Amino acid sequence: MPAPKRAKTSTWATKSGLAQMLKGGVIMDVVNPAEAKIAEEAGAVAVMALERVPSDIRRDGGVARMSDPDMIKGIQAAVSIPVMAKARIGHESEARILEALDVDYIDESEVLTPADDRFHINKHDFKVPFVCGCKDLGEALRRINEGAAMMRTKGEAGTGNIVEAVRHIRTVAEEIAALKGQSEKRLRAAAKEMRVPYELVKLTVKAGRLPVVNFVAGGIATPADAALSMWLGADGVFVGSGIFKAKKPANTAAAIVQATTHWKNASILAEVSAGLGEAMKGIEMRTIPEGERLSKRGW
Amino acid sequence: MAKRHPTPIIGVLAVQGDFAEHIRMLETLGVAAREVRLPADLAGVDGLILPGGESTAMRKLLHRWDLVKPIKALAKRGAPILGTCAGAILLATKIADGDEPVLSLLDVEVRRNAFGRQLESFETNLVMEGLGNDGRSRTTHAVFIRAPEIVNVGPSARAVAALEDGRIVAARQGRILGIAFHPEITGETGVHRWLIAEASAALG
Repeated sequence: MPAPKRAKTSTWATKSGLAQMLKGGVIMDVVNPAEAKIAEEAGAVAVMALERVPSDIRRDGGVARMSDPDMIKGIQAAVSIPVMAKARIGHESEARILEALDVDYIDESEVLTPADDRFHINKHDFKVPFVCGCKDLGEALRRINEGAAMMRTKGEAGTGNIVEAVRHIRTVAEEIAALKGQSEKRLRAAAKEMRVPYELVKLTVKAGRLPVVNFVAGGIATPADAALSMWLGADGVFVGSGIFKAKKPANTAAAIVQATTHWKNASILAEVSAGLGEAMKGIEMRTIPEGERLSKRGW
Repeated sequence: MAKRHPTPIIGVLAVQGDFAEHIRMLETLGVAAREVRLPADLAGVDGLILPGGESTAMRKLLHRWDLVKPIKALAKRGAPILGTCAGAILLATKIADGDEPVLSLLDVEVRRNAFGRQLESFETNLVMEGLGNDGRSRTTHAVFIRAPEIVNVGPSARAVAALEDGRIVAARQGRILGIAFHPEITGETGVHRWLIAEASAALG
């Protein structure tokens, strides 16, 4: 039975609130109902339904688009945890379709091929909440200003290499720290430079963090990678190719969940990291030309 | 002169979910909070909060780290326990549609995601029965996120809040309180004050 008649739905509190409930958890990329079940069984807090994991998108090339609605419905039917799905940057219509499918969150994602080289989706116009990627503070605040209720630092999806994810979360934190204690004049100048309202900058500086939940994404492949993300101040982690490209997906998924909870406890990290077999192979960043980096998409 | 109680320590289950929001609430109210991830973290705790989050994930983490027994023992010693949303699901003696109960400390049957998916998450005002000694009912602002509903209240428990259409969203059994919404994100301090008062009373 739906929400009561006089209640207010799709408010900022419900949109940003769902992300708050996901904190300290792991959101896993899945491409079919069977994988979604494995993710749920491992303790994922949500799944991201997509047709191909980022490492396959990278390998196959071509245009990556929103998934087939039938596939998303199949995953929704298979699990009781939230189901997210990806729309292309700026693709309002893909987002409308995902909203009509009653997904729990839309990821306006650079992992798919961008549809608009000037505008991101106006996310305030939607009932369903959005998560977006960022590499730095300005990008994060621009997305939040457009209505994103959750952020994720981008990292470099499909590489199994955490170096970009670390760079991005550190950059956001350092840029917030650098604004701390600055005069109103300086903050106004920073807001102008980042092309966001002064009030949003002020709010962020006062909180000492992004004003919405912020997960780490892009390159997490091991329990230790998840723990490192949490240690750097992430609210939780997205794992894409890292699980189903590992030798033992179910064990790797469960171990990453445990590591995200117990990131401060090195002996538990040692215990859960043992015996997982080979992690996904991974790619060294120097071998990816600038033009092929997914994190460069979006602005 | 009022008797001075020692300040209680409130544990907040921190395996997953919005435990930081609960800890912030407790600190605002001047109470020491402790993150609970392992059984040892429960030592010396006078009350416990089970936060919002994903109940399936929290359930697995509770079992994996053997937290079920010590939390039940804590309740048996008379420590108050508050569960919000997923936390209320963990407390229930019955979960509709098949899932095994986890802590079985609150005599209710809950249905997960009873209102639907995220688009049916909502905010509303509701009247909550008085929890303190004065017994006064209070209107509270409540946010429900993919929330459960209490579909049945057993003989040992009592409904303490319902929506305008009559659906039950909070129930109490002595010092155990389960609510389907999130005072920790609206900043409504009533249930936290109740928990602290109960924990102080238990301290003597």
